[in-house]
Amino acid sequence: MAEVVLQSLNKNFEEVYAVRDVNLTIRDKEFIVLVGPSGCGKTTTLRMVAGLESVSSGRILIDGKIINDLPPMDRDIAMVFQNYALYPHMSVYDNMAFGLKMRKFDRADIGKRVQDAAEILGIEQLLQRKPRQLSGGQRQRVALGRAIVRHPQVFLFDEPLSNLDAKLRVQMRVELKKLHDRLGTTEIYVTHDQVEAMTLGDRVVVMRDGRVQQVGEPLELYNQPANRFVAGFLGSPAMNFAEVQVVEEGGALWAADGGLRIQVPRETAGRLARYTGQRVTMGIRPEDLHIATAADPAELGFEAVVEVIEKLGSEILLDVAVGEYAMVAAVEPNIRVNVHEKLRLALNPERLHFFDPVSEAVI
Amino acid sequence: MIEGASWRRWVFFYFPLTGFIVGLLFPFYWMVITTIRPDNELYRPWNAPNYNPFWTWHPTLSHIRDLLTQTLFTTWLLNTMIIAVSATLISLFCGLLAGYALSRLKFPFAGALGTGIFITYLVPQTLLFIPLADIIRNFRLGDTPWALILTYPTFLIPFCTWLMMGYFKSIPKELEECARIDGATRWKAMLFIIFPIAIPGILSAGIFAFTLSWNEFIYALVFLSSPEEKTVPVGVTSELIRGDVFYWGELMAGALLGSIPVAFVYSFFVEHYVASVTGSVKG
Repeated sequence: MAEVVLQSLNKNFEEVYAVRDVNLTIRDKEFIVLVGPSGCGKTTTLRMVAGLESVSSGRILIDGKIINDLPPMDRDIAMVFQNYALYPHMSVYDNMAFGLKMRKFDRADIGKRVQDAAEILGIEQLLQRKPRQLSGGQRQRVALGRAIVRHPQVFLFDEPLSNLDAKLRVQMRVELKKLHDRLGTTEIYVTHDQVEAMTLGDRVVVMRDGRVQQVGEPLELYNQPANRFVAGFLGSPAMNFAEVQVVEEGGALWAADGGLRIQVPRETAGRLARYTGQRVTMGIRPEDLHIATAADPAELGFEAVVEVIEKLGSEILLDVAVGEYAMVAAVEPNIRVNVHEKLRLALNPERLHFFDPVSEAVI
Repeated sequence: MIEGASWRRWVFFYFPLTGFIVGLLFPFYWMVITTIRPDNELYRPWNAPNYNPFWTWHPTLSHIRDLLTQTLFTTWLLNTMIIAVSATLISLFCGLLAGYALSRLKFPFAGALGTGIFITYLVPQTLLFIPLADIIRNFRLGDTPWALILTYPTFLIPFCTWLMMGYFKSIPKELEECARIDGATRWKAMLFIIFPIAIPGILSAGIFAFTLSWNEFIYALVFLSSPEEKTVPVGVTSELIRGDVFYWGELMAGALLGSIPVAFVYSFFVEHYVASVTGSVKG
């Protein structure tokens, strides 16, 4: 049992806040991912939980116990660092056994635990090697092994996969997920990679400028972003945004600007009504755009000029110009288009997002 | 390496390298050849018909024998060894802890303190020996090995501290953080993780400190006066230069034998030493 609670957590260096008023309850056995651009405070938050950074104000509780002033060694946590932080002068075995030796486990127990962890991670044959004789992926495994031998209550990960090449990263991602299912430990994982966040997290916390922007399950964040930042941060290629004017015509609301003129669907119209005559930010994800056919109603389509074609195999990304805006549309891989070709795109009205132009919150 | 035609390699690599090696090794050659040449060759005038300063056909060990039997050279060697080793150990111990603290602990004025220590290293010994002589006299340490064991650290500690500071900074701090999460106190993390990794740095600081104390001249000259208390550099120069008479053979024999321990220390640790100067810690 290890529930981690952050209450009004702050970290400031005089006037500069690295982490500001973070409230978060991480449930027992939950895999939670903190994600955000660099400098958003995610790593600082993690380091405060680890005890490597002092807390300016607020409280951190593990299992209902306030741990603000406990040294790292007494928090019953393990951490995996971005650069693995393997002790270069020790063998893999000693690296994994170090934490147990420091805690005065007896030799037989240490041997058994290290062996078990090595088996789980498939590194039994590497135990006598030094870290410099290992590949990146193997080092990563050893770092994980060093964390799991102690059976801590909470695992902390600080961008553990960012030093691996793309292929290995995908592979280790799957293994991390499996490892979590197997061990059932509470895990806090920090990354700047939104794909990692979406695939690994039971819940994802998006942070910016030291503040939590939104907390939720990956698809919830993807489909119902709380604000423009979350909408733009999650998803690749990113959501398309356009500044549009909300106008009323013939009993319906329209979002119009330059080359765009879209009828706002009824369910959104209610919320958007009070913005009539004002400008708002409209967002639509690339996969919610498609090349218009006869079946698409005219009020949900717009003209676009193809500028770049990116053939990814599973889909084609079209970089198009819509009036003054640049947008990306993800379309079927079998579609034939040419650069500079003028075509008509249609969108899925249920997938339109509108954001307040000032607060950037979703409307 | 130099790319391209072989003449380029000769002109830009082998030729300068040869010049460099010859320039560096010539003094040692001169020392050796002067040691083993008999006196009648050494003091032959330069315009004598068989004058040949670079070679001898009659090598002799008489200068070395004279040095070892007619002077207190072995005593000086022992004195120098005791003083250099003690001063090095004291300085290494202090420098290690100070370097660690200055590079790792956050405390007010850490940066200023680091600079301050460096500045003390810049004060020349030729200025410092005057007030130090006063202190040595007040503590009645004059003419004892303690006069040097306690004064050498004044320039060795800043030196070791700076060298170790730089080395500690090259060790990723995550290693230590990881150790502390693993259950080590700061002291244990330092002892079991940081110091073992810093061994190349510690060794090179030690080698440098040892060499500096071994060769030190001015403090040894000022603070020691009895012949049996002297160190090699002072003993050799004060006892083998009498007025305007230079006992060149014995002088060079003294220099040769005196440099053997230093050469030995260097060759013994050279691998670690090179690693500390050229490489950093890889995780």
